[in-house]
Amino acid sequence: MDGNYILYKLILASVILLISLLVAMYSTLIERKVAGYFQDRLGPNRAGIGGIFQPLADGLKLFFKEEFMPGSADKFLYILGPSLTMMIALLTSAVIPWGNTLLINGTEYSLQVADINVGVLYVFAILSIGVYGIMIGGWASNNKYALIGAVRAASQMISYELAMSMSIIAIVMMSGTLSLKDIVDQQHGMNWNIWYQPFGFLIFIICAFAECNRSPFDLPECETELIGGYHTEYSSMKLGFYLFAEYINMFISSAMIATLFFGGYNFPFMDDLNLSHNALTILGSLVFFAKIMFFVFFFMWVRWTLPRFRYDQLMRLGWKTLLPLAIVNILVTGFVIMIKNHL
Amino acid sequence: MTTINQNTGSLSGRSRVVSNKEMTFAERIYLPAIVKGFGITIGHFFKKSATIQYPEVKRPIAEIYRGKHVLKRDDEGRERCTACGLCALSCPAEAITMIAAERKEEEMHLYREEKYATVYEINMLRCIFCGLCEEACPKEAIFLTNEIVPSDLHRSDFIYGKDRLVEPLGKRVDVTHRQTAKVLAFKKDKNQSHNS
Repeated sequence: MDGNYILYKLILASVILLISLLVAMYSTLIERKVAGYFQDRLGPNRAGIGGIFQPLADGLKLFFKEEFMPGSADKFLYILGPSLTMMIALLTSAVIPWGNTLLINGTEYSLQVADINVGVLYVFAILSIGVYGIMIGGWASNNKYALIGAVRAASQMISYELAMSMSIIAIVMMSGTLSLKDIVDQQHGMNWNIWYQPFGFLIFIICAFAECNRSPFDLPECETELIGGYHTEYSSMKLGFYLFAEYINMFISSAMIATLFFGGYNFPFMDDLNLSHNALTILGSLVFFAKIMFFVFFFMWVRWTLPRFRYDQLMRLGWKTLLPLAIVNILVTGFVIMIKNHL
Repeated sequence: MTTINQNTGSLSGRSRVVSNKEMTFAERIYLPAIVKGFGITIGHFFKKSATIQYPEVKRPIAEIYRGKHVLKRDDEGRERCTACGLCALSCPAEAITMIAAERKEEEMHLYREEKYATVYEINMLRCIFCGLCEEACPKEAIFLTNEIVPSDLHRSDFIYGKDRLVEPLGKRVDVTHRQTAKVLAFKKDKNQSHNS
């Protein structure tokens, strides 16, 4: 634990924070562009070439909007809500292995901020707190639409967390570790978890959509019924924080999907390239990033394809379909592992 | 003559009887339908966009497009309008108002006729661009051009006065592009049956 090490971790954490924010910022533009293309339109293209400055313009606009707070709102909680949402959205990125190690002057530097041995557990713990940001914001607004949106969000996120964790248990059983780095290292080359756990992946990705409050599970903020849901009363940068956190969540969820099921920074034929260790690490990180961007695109693709679920359908899908499926998945996985061990 | 479909009782033949049959397993898990939906949306993703980038690219308009009005001047630069009020009378949307005045001796070079319009206003929000004013005009003073009335912020800004209607002396407005042979032939003989 020398000063060098701490400095390195500090720099890495800042870089990852910056990348997360940058990706979230440009996800807003990509979302609008993708939506445009899906609807045979062009999307924003006036601010800079291809609308490249659109996120800056949007951010500026949010900053200069009037800061409004309802008179009957709980002032402390009203500010705490978006701050908490934003903080929790950013916390998860600490345990995601963004790449393998870099060798500099004989010392190995990991591209993961914290390789804790309960990485998976940490992610789920943080995800569970995520609901507080929304709940507190919705409650503090003192508005019935905001409250309904917040209650919906809370029950939805709690319901889908179960099935989500269950689908991950199968992965944990297979790899025998809770550390995300070890899980990724076991998926060397093309040995990805998706080939062993297609059902687990399906359950996980559906739950990921629900956890991110993304369409088709965007009931907490459905514009038509709840005029925005939990952020109805929010304006200016506090609203910006809520919207921004959604895109960060999307980015982190995509990273989790890529880490757990698609081999993280591993890619096929990585051993046949005869590259040096550092070059391979950087290439691996780029591949990881490409995988993440694909899933970010997939999130958008789903949003502009599927209609929103009705609330009872959402609950039925979560409790009566996904949870039993996830449990069956665990049983089958356990059975196969047992047979393998006895052969 | 259309025959009524014996099975459905439908005139168009496109109506379908609602079926309440049990969904099959594949239908109940929705996944095949969802994948099909993904196929449809990604198909649109790679389709050519229908957008026309407006100020730079303009949608082609018809040869005889009827747009913003112009009050013409004659060859000597005098206003042709004599404020007879026939355009206002013919206007089905009642978009035209005018106030007439008598020409003074020293105004001979400004107005062609003895009577002229001191105020001539067209409310562009009321106007339906039918071109009846142009047809009614006995002095060939008002014409519709191929220009589009631009957008504005206030309703009051859409009431165009003489400042925006009368053609500028230095920048005469060409109205001949609309006067195709067919239109001119139609105008020559105003006693056609449907005009009487």
